[in-house]
Amino acid sequence: MSSVLTIARTEARRIFVSPLAWAVLAVLQLILGFVFINLLYNYARDSQMGGQYMGVADYMGGGLYGFATILLLLVMPLLTMRLFAEERKSGTVTLLFSAPVSLIEIVLGKFLGLMSFMLAALLLLALMPMSLMPGTHLDLGRIAAGLLGVLLLMMAFGAAGLFVSTLTREPTIAAVVTFGLLLLLWLLQILSSQEIPFASLFGYLSLISHFESLQRGVFNSADVIYYLLFTGLFLWLAVQRLDLERT
Amino acid sequence: MNMENAEILIEARSLSKQYGARTAVSDLNLTLRKGDILGLLGPNGAGKSTTMKMLAGCLAPSAGEVRINSISLADDPTAAKRSLGYLPEQPPVYPELTVQEYLSYCAGLHGVPRGDRAAAIDRSKQACGLTDVGQRLIGNLSKGYQQRVGLAQAIIHRPPVIILDEPTVGLDPIQIREIRSLIKELGRSHSVILSSHILPEIQAVCSRVMIVNKGRVVYAEAIDQSAQPLFNTVVAGLRRAPAVDALRGIAGVSSVTALAGDLFRFEVAGSADPREAIADAAARGSWGLFELRTVGKTLEETFVELTSGDIVVHDVIKEAA
Repeated sequence: MSSVLTIARTEARRIFVSPLAWAVLAVLQLILGFVFINLLYNYARDSQMGGQYMGVADYMGGGLYGFATILLLLVMPLLTMRLFAEERKSGTVTLLFSAPVSLIEIVLGKFLGLMSFMLAALLLLALMPMSLMPGTHLDLGRIAAGLLGVLLLMMAFGAAGLFVSTLTREPTIAAVVTFGLLLLLWLLQILSSQEIPFASLFGYLSLISHFESLQRGVFNSADVIYYLLFTGLFLWLAVQRLDLERT
Repeated sequence: MNMENAEILIEARSLSKQYGARTAVSDLNLTLRKGDILGLLGPNGAGKSTTMKMLAGCLAPSAGEVRINSISLADDPTAAKRSLGYLPEQPPVYPELTVQEYLSYCAGLHGVPRGDRAAAIDRSKQACGLTDVGQRLIGNLSKGYQQRVGLAQAIIHRPPVIILDEPTVGLDPIQIREIRSLIKELGRSHSVILSSHILPEIQAVCSRVMIVNKGRVVYAEAIDQSAQPLFNTVVAGLRRAPAVDALRGIAGVSSVTALAGDLFRFEVAGSADPREAIADAAARGSWGLFELRTVGKTLEETFVELTSGDIVVHDVIKEAA
């Protein structure tokens, strides 16, 4: 376990030493801030619209967090592409392979390191609605559920990106393939509204369908478990891939 | 010191690696004892790096097994790797970290207990001459220094065995000298396997050498560090040679073969020097001695001969009656 934390700590350090993470967070904040201001302005201007929603938190949570998920889909591949691809390209992966750590510890360590970035992004998303607290009553439970949904979604994105990163030596290829994979899983949702067999299965499998209830503030354990299973699956696949590569 | 009784630290048996149809390493056996500095010598593409990767546990062999300190690398890799320090051809350093941060990470990775980490890092830095560059980014250091950081990482947990893959490649002559003396220094407290395609380097640093060519071991001997070049053959030219039995009777001679042109090859018994005895006997018997020389095989000749792929053409041998 301590090896996992050692790897995680250094991975987190390497992520934040690079300007990429900061540039990404800055862009995220800029765009989300813009959306947030826009939502606020609309809400303030058109109070009749308020009747349709259950309050500020609902309105903010829905609009802001919904939009954030799309942004994160675009952004996570950029953060995950480096995780294994760059290490294999520059040869530093031999440090990990020749050290007395198991592949599971390596993958978990890297994933936890990535989570430090996710938590930073989550902080951004939490602070914006929280800034309204002095002015109005907020349904914190709503916001918490929304944030949980975003976190779980980021973990799923991250795990998929980590797996794809183990498949190639070139970080940019990893980024592109991750993006394609995530988008595909997202868009499975569309198939669920068609008249085809297994339509509801596609709906279930889609990444976004499980987010919607959390976004509405409904904590459905099935949704949480879906994201955890998704994450676990891709981390397991990454371990298998690394093991195969060593043979 | 009787080397045969020293503890065996690494044992590789029948190690093989196939990449599809291509055989990189075939049936390689290797034993490293405590106190050895073993040099793996071979031309480029001989399979040295592949062998080292298999010994370090970075690559799974197609066949054969590796045991480190009697622990099988395949069965319990984590325990086995604790006894290893590995420096691959490209030092596995992160350019965006400082030397201190990187070594601190490596200390943690290699299982140095938390309380000992600071001391281990300082010791490692001192051994590799890195005390002045602790706060510098590794990416900003010269190749020689990066190599040293890689070496520091390999020894930070004081492993009994260190595996170094071409540690001096790409360095300037001064850096090469420094790394070599560093390795010799390390050889006092660790056992080392070192690979190179530069013969003088192996001769300067190692106590044993294994020549590898096309994935196979073709030569494995101890390097005699004495000043005298070893010879095991004396060639004498005798115009009026007696019977072969008389020649064989000379002190220090184990066998005699007749060559063309009145030449005779005497195989030397042990470390004897029969030249004087041959000269004396030739003078007494009036055999007409016109030539007397040693034929020693230097490591270089052996290396070239075994790796060039040519068949060495021996002189015509006339079987004595």
